[in-house]
Amino acid sequence: MLSIKNLDLFYGDAQALDRVSLEVPAGEIVAIVGANGAGKTSLIRTVAGIEKPRAGKIFFKREAIESLESHVICNLGIGQVAEGRQVFPTLSVEENLEMGGLLPRARAKAKQTMAEVYAMFPQLAERQDQLAGTLSGGEQQMLAIGRCLMGNPELIMFDEPSLGLAPLVVQEVLRAIRALNEKGMTILLVEQNVAVSLKISNHAYVLENGSIVMHGKGSDLLHDDRVRQAYMGL
Amino acid sequence: MNRKAVLLLCILGIFLLILPKITNAYVLSVATLILFFAYTGQAWNVMMGFAGQLSLGHSLYVGVGAYAAAGLFFHYGVGPWAGLWLAIVLCVLLGMLIGFLAFRFSISGVYFALLTIAFAEFTRIGFDHIDWLGGPGGLFIKVAQRDKMDLLNFRGPPAMYYYAILALAAGAFILCFFLLRSRAGYYWQAIRENEEAAQALGINVFRWKMLAVAISSGLTAIAGVFYAFYYNNLFPEQIFHISRSIEIILGPIIGGVGTLFGPILGAAVLTLLADGITELLAAMGLEFPGIKQVFYGVVLLLVVMFLPHGIWPALAKRLGVAR
Repeated sequence: MLSIKNLDLFYGDAQALDRVSLEVPAGEIVAIVGANGAGKTSLIRTVAGIEKPRAGKIFFKREAIESLESHVICNLGIGQVAEGRQVFPTLSVEENLEMGGLLPRARAKAKQTMAEVYAMFPQLAERQDQLAGTLSGGEQQMLAIGRCLMGNPELIMFDEPSLGLAPLVVQEVLRAIRALNEKGMTILLVEQNVAVSLKISNHAYVLENGSIVMHGKGSDLLHDDRVRQAYMGL
Repeated sequence: MNRKAVLLLCILGIFLLILPKITNAYVLSVATLILFFAYTGQAWNVMMGFAGQLSLGHSLYVGVGAYAAAGLFFHYGVGPWAGLWLAIVLCVLLGMLIGFLAFRFSISGVYFALLTIAFAEFTRIGFDHIDWLGGPGGLFIKVAQRDKMDLLNFRGPPAMYYYAILALAAGAFILCFFLLRSRAGYYWQAIRENEEAAQALGINVFRWKMLAVAISSGLTAIAGVFYAFYYNNLFPEQIFHISRSIEIILGPIIGGVGTLFGPILGAAVLTLLADGITELLAAMGLEFPGIKQVFYGVVLLLVVMFLPHGIWPALAKRLGVAR
């Protein structure tokens, strides 16, 4: 569904991505793991059209999207749940969701999608009128996911969904991601939490200093000595 | 808006409509000034309060709007109803130029504010050198005959100007009411709250910010035309001065940024109190040049310390009406 070929990204003279290529087949969870500063967030931002690559191609459903603007890319069906949740703090839960449903591709279905989101995250339904800034970290993450779903995406990119959450809440978030995937959603998951992301992904890529150094089935990488040493301290 | 708010609004409207019949010329001039700042504050609020883009250079649009209409009138006898359009077009173009430079090259926050100051300042200096528009010596248009009404050239008694600015303030209020509830209003709120997240949701941040700037600068241009024909004289040092920009933004900040009533309430509080203090001191035989500015500073300080969201949100809560 998403196919990235030889992507180069620079911030000024500093190279953030170096000939990155990867595939995200429809219906799968693909994980990108790597340390801080490896380029994971840069990769997501480039796919989303927020950063413009110097070279390389990004195809979404066979269409080249690397030069499109971010709002156009969103409307093609690539949603993202940004790092650090990024809800609109002084708007209510419901208003936050409404914001997500304003995309042209999602507008007609917004009411129906909202009901689905509330069914998926009953906590959000209970807190419809509460200001998003007053939710707990886990609830904010659910809201961020729900808001992304409001845009009716076909591919969701998650940037560090477990960041700053308690272990139990991390489990909950991962369950939600899995549940989405079981309903057919394609997922690109970027995580520092290597063990969990390898566990739930079909395929994974290891990003180091802006380039892909290893890739394979999640379960294989999970048992790879190099990965275990470098990222899990085992 | 609930019933109570509508009722309050009706009472206010009726009071403002009959005001010229029940007061003297002085009160009317103060009321005109209040409405002028209520209107410009509302215009500024579209950019800052709705879309979160801080402009500290709105005197630019007042000035360019004023000079555009006054220049046409002075040199060619073209009336303000035609000059108005030139004023709006020029100001919208200027606003969009500033917006384009800032938003394309990701200049935001304080740096955006500095850019708006810079444009206002070099326009002020530039106008000092345009002899065709009077230069630093000022541009004077013929003072209106106060007893004759000439709507076509917008010359007439004080009450005419009062009703004109009342209509403008009311129009801006209604426009903003609908803007806030429109799709643009939603997008602006998202951008104001969290631009990154707005972009991630597929909002064309650039386009909607540009729209906010265009509406805000266009509305302010109309205020400039009013200013020119109300005061009849224009000096670059005055009209483009940064203190003008500050005066415009004080009202909405004190009244409540992002609210509909904030700019109106803020303008009323500031103008009434500032004029009241000046009058009071004058009556006591005292005169302090700059006392108004000191007073603005004190009020701003108090509001920021005790009512950081402005007077209106607190008052609205008290009255039990929606913001």
